[in-house]
Amino acid sequence: MPFKIIASQCTSCSACEPECPNVAISEKGGAFVIDPKKCTECIGHFDEPQCVAVCPVDNTCVVDTSLPRYQAPA
Amino acid sequence: MDVSALDEASAAASAVEIGEIRQVIAEHKGCGTSGASGKASCGSQASQAKLPTEIWEKVKNHPCYSEEAHHHYARMHVAVAPACNMQCNYCNRKYDCANESRPGVVSEKLTPEQAAKKVLAVASTIPQMTVLGIAGPGDPLANPKRTFKTFELVAKAAPDIKLCLSTNGLMLPDHVDRIASLKIDHVTITINMIHPEIGAKIYPWIFYNHKRYTGIEAATILNERQLQGLEMLTKRGILCKINSVMIPGINDQHLVEVNKAIKSRGAFLHNIMPLISAPEHGTVFGLNGQRGPISRELKALQDVCEGETNMMRHCRQCRADAVGLLGEDRGAEFTTEKIMAMDVNYDLEMRKAYQAKVEEKRAAKVAAAQEELPELASEMSGIKLLVAVATRGSGLINEHFGHAKEFQVYELSTTGAKFVGHRRVDHYCRGGYGQEENLSTIIRAINDCHAVFVAKIGGCPKSNLLKAGIEPVEHYAYEFIEKSAIAWFKSYLDKVQSGEIHHVEKGEAALRQGAMISAA
Ligand code: SF4
Ligand code: SF4
Ligand code: SF4
Repeated sequence: MPFKIIASQCTSCSACEPECPNVAISEKGGAFVIDPKKCTECIGHFDEPQCVAVCPVDNTCVVDTSLPRYQAPA
Repeated sequence: MDVSALDEASAAASAVEIGEIRQVIAEHKGCGTSGASGKASCGSQASQAKLPTEIWEKVKNHPCYSEEAHHHYARMHVAVAPACNMQCNYCNRKYDCANESRPGVVSEKLTPEQAAKKVLAVASTIPQMTVLGIAGPGDPLANPKRTFKTFELVAKAAPDIKLCLSTNGLMLPDHVDRIASLKIDHVTITINMIHPEIGAKIYPWIFYNHKRYTGIEAATILNERQLQGLEMLTKRGILCKINSVMIPGINDQHLVEVNKAIKSRGAFLHNIMPLISAPEHGTVFGLNGQRGPISRELKALQDVCEGETNMMRHCRQCRADAVGLLGEDRGAEFTTEKIMAMDVNYDLEMRKAYQAKVEEKRAAKVAAAQEELPELASEMSGIKLLVAVATRGSGLINEHFGHAKEFQVYELSTTGAKFVGHRRVDHYCRGGYGQEENLSTIIRAINDCHAVFVAKIGGCPKSNLLKAGIEPVEHYAYEFIEKSAIAWFKSYLDKVQSGEIHHVEKGEAALRQGAMISAA
């Protein structure tokens, strides 16, 4: 399950963008979005998802339950 | 930073109650002010004579580092740094309002290229603009690429403009070399505590080394990084201003210790600002009813710290996209749309010629204040009082009472006139007629003053001011502030001596919180 950004809560502060180890976050029309194909939930990189840790608005970067969990490479 | 140094600092500095603070002030003679010269040697009011030449060169045209310069020179901020790496309980990143003047608030984010063009456009329109600062709206060093790119572009296109940076300090030690190599010689660090237990009440979390830290752990890291960064900068000869937010009941007494700690690490200037915490701003402090200080508390704390280090008292807690003289935001004239359409011709010679004229006026003002002093010094009196001044800059009493958006407050004593703060107000006269309600808020804002100096004032506000015990003074319209204030004070003392009037202490004044009605 990759992470997604709840657009209505995002302040477009851009804090998450440079923190993502997979360059999965970009700005689209003033709000930030996560490319689910690139998001690895930060597994293998960091202890916690970086977008969640740096975002100033709680519960804005959340797990997208509609998609399958990311499989860490063996 | 080593922790023992911290402990020492705290042991040495015992907490001071506000009551004690007042007592200390009563004994405090205003640091080095001598009756003969009458020029306060302290504060950001420091004049050329009191500073080494190389430092004077750095501050003389910087409106924030020199109180005197802020009457003549302007600064601008560009909002290129939206991201932040920590959360403060007095900040709400969601809020943005064009009518609001406070840190962290902006109307538009800029790219470094847009920002550089804006700087050139403003510098060509406002020749007294001498300083470019980057102050967020997040943290400039949490956005190092955009911040330094902007400075590089501006340094190339407009080499005469001073560069200035304001940071929370968390990432500062990593960027000191870059700051030095770009010749950024003014850095502001916001330091609200040197004890993590106090920090934990101000900062809910920080994001550092790819991890979110909370509580005491977060505050410990932050504090160590801030003090380390400060030491590294001052070692390189970079002037550092420390901003502290005064939060009653949380860090107000503690700021005396903070002041000692930053002084010992070479900070040039300490700016203690009142907490802004209206509930409508949606900050944690605003919502939980944390109050800001009243003006007397703020002044008391500033006065105590003044013996330790230069104090800044003219800070306007500006927006991160403010443009123009302090207290007079012209940001609305320079929206991205307007700038991009502008044909900018950066004329260095024109700027220099204009600034040379400013220097002439400035010298005349200093000379004028000195004229009045010798006589005053010979008057023996312990009377100290505050007066308010309506000004639009240049060190002159040149604003109509009804048009004033703020009043500058001076403390008068036989040692001269000393700037001690400013009070923001709503226009008394908006849309051409005076508003009774605004008048009473103005009176509340300057209720601790004995007189208000204006270029002009209507009959109705005049009588109301008199009723409130504040003398409206029109007599010195368009004259120099300090010279006039001293002359007025002299006649006041004469009247007290002759028994014509009886000197009474004035009451308490309210610090205006939050919103300022926009000038537009
Ligand atoms: S969880 Fe990690 S990988 Fe996924 S978007 Fe957030 S920062 Fe990028
Ligand atoms: S950090 Fe949060 S608020 Fe800021 S841009 Fe990313 S998702 Fe939006
Ligand atoms: S916030 Fe204070 S220090 Fe910063 S530009 Fe405004 S007046 Fe100067």
